[in-house]
Amino acid sequence: MGYRAIVIGSSTGGMEALRIILEVLPKDFPVPILVAQHISSHSDNYLAKFLDNVCKVSVKEAEEKEKASPGQVYLAPPNYHLLVEQDGLISLSVEARVSYARPSIDVLFESAAEAYNRDLIGIVLTGANSDGSRGLKKIKECHGLTIVQDPNTALAEAMPRAAIGATKVDYITPLTEIGQLLNKIIKGKSGDKSGYE
Amino acid sequence: MIHDRCLNNLENEDLEIRFLLEAIFLKYGYDFRDYSKAHMKRRIMHRLSLSELNSISQMQHQVLYDRVFLETLLNDFSINVTEMFRDPPFYKTFRQEVVPVLKTYPFIKVWHAGCSSGEEVYSMAILLKEEGLYERTQIYATDFNVEVLEKAQQAIYPIDDIKDYTYNYQKSGGLTSFADYYIARYDSVILDHTLKKKIIFADHNLVTDGVFGEMHVIICRNVLIYFNKELQNKVFKLFYESLRNGGFLGVGTKESLRFSDYMEKFDTISENLKIYQKKFEA
Ligand SMILES: C[S@@+](CC[C@H](N)C(=O)[O-])C[C@H]1O[C@@H](n2cnc3c(N)ncnc32)[C@H](O)[C@@H]1O
Repeated sequence: MGYRAIVIGSSTGGMEALRIILEVLPKDFPVPILVAQHISSHSDNYLAKFLDNVCKVSVKEAEEKEKASPGQVYLAPPNYHLLVEQDGLISLSVEARVSYARPSIDVLFESAAEAYNRDLIGIVLTGANSDGSRGLKKIKECHGLTIVQDPNTALAEAMPRAAIGATKVDYITPLTEIGQLLNKIIKGKSGDKSGYE
Repeated sequence: MIHDRCLNNLENEDLEIRFLLEAIFLKYGYDFRDYSKAHMKRRIMHRLSLSELNSISQMQHQVLYDRVFLETLLNDFSINVTEMFRDPPFYKTFRQEVVPVLKTYPFIKVWHAGCSSGEEVYSMAILLKEEGLYERTQIYATDFNVEVLEKAQQAIYPIDDIKDYTYNYQKSGGLTSFADYYIARYDSVILDHTLKKKIIFADHNLVTDGVFGEMHVIICRNVLIYFNKELQNKVFKLFYESLRNGGFLGVGTKESLRFSDYMEKFDTISENLKIYQKKFEA
């Protein structure tokens, strides 16, 4: 058993940060990536289009009850929470904002931790609030791998700092190195996850 | 180790949730067993964290013996978040594509399923009024949550939301000024009471109640996302059977007939805005 999914949470400055990370991943990246980026509720899907254009992996807005599949990046649609079911299907929700955010990073991370347990990587990026720290803590408690963008490399450092304060994270990594770190971890670990059991 | 508890607990919690939903169904007839699991778990854990209860099993005991607690859970499970003219392009396309067909009918029946506190229903009432169709329309507005139905009947909404609603109304192709449709009082607005004239509010559960016959239009937005795929299919069947030939079905922007068994039985009016038309049966 290896990692089965990656979840990423980002806010202020996230568009650029996501580009820098996703750009270096190969087209056939072997696990699905689910992203909650804080975004105005009136925006269309320009973020997905933009990232899809500049990245080798395919990027799209997540659709209701579609299966999260490898080589694909799923963005939470504006004004919806993104959740993963235990069978890997995607669910959306319009329930109330969580700490002022919809999509909420915590909602995505908590549901993903339940769905993938230890086979999950959670990443908190730049942002000016503290969304994501509860979710990252939950991922850690379920033995998933936790990565936080080095606050010194973040446009807004509050969110990574809050995440680092909330749990003992595995990697604190400069923005430009996160993509390569993922390539390394996934190559090393997917298909063989020794070190457990 | 605290950390290992997490994994063991997950398995047990899933079982406890199944027992809880089974208990609610057997005792009260409300069936949440085929709702999205991730969604139900969030709502249940949320209620647990607000309550004095120590476990989901205790919650099961509580709900069996305390009817008031059931009402609390029903409110937790039915996400009532709604807006007037939510997704303005939906209404715009409805005006352009559906209204011209409705104009050819002498009498129109519209069903809003999962109408919550009524904002969506009054939006439709305004649209139909502006198109000159309201007087020959009967709207059935249903939800399984009677508390929100009462709110819907009152048609009183917070004044803070009016700015957003006015914006939505304008974007939706509204023909006059949104201010024509409400009176402001302190921190609320009350909608023009003539909008209510053709609306019947009723308690109806999409999971356990039956067909609502011979509709020209069914609107059910942002309800199906809370159901699993099997239940979605079951509800599409209910809608299919409740629609007349050539009747229209509108679902939420993120919901789709596409992955369901009923896709071939409908023509797509707008895939983006999820408006479908029931094909004519031989
Ligand atoms: C998020 S609201 C959607 C309101 C409105 N249609 C909109 O799109 O703005 C979902 C509504 O579905 C209702 N609902 C959930 N399950 C239901 C069921 N089984 N039968 C009828 N209504 C249900 C809830 O009570 C809630 O009011």
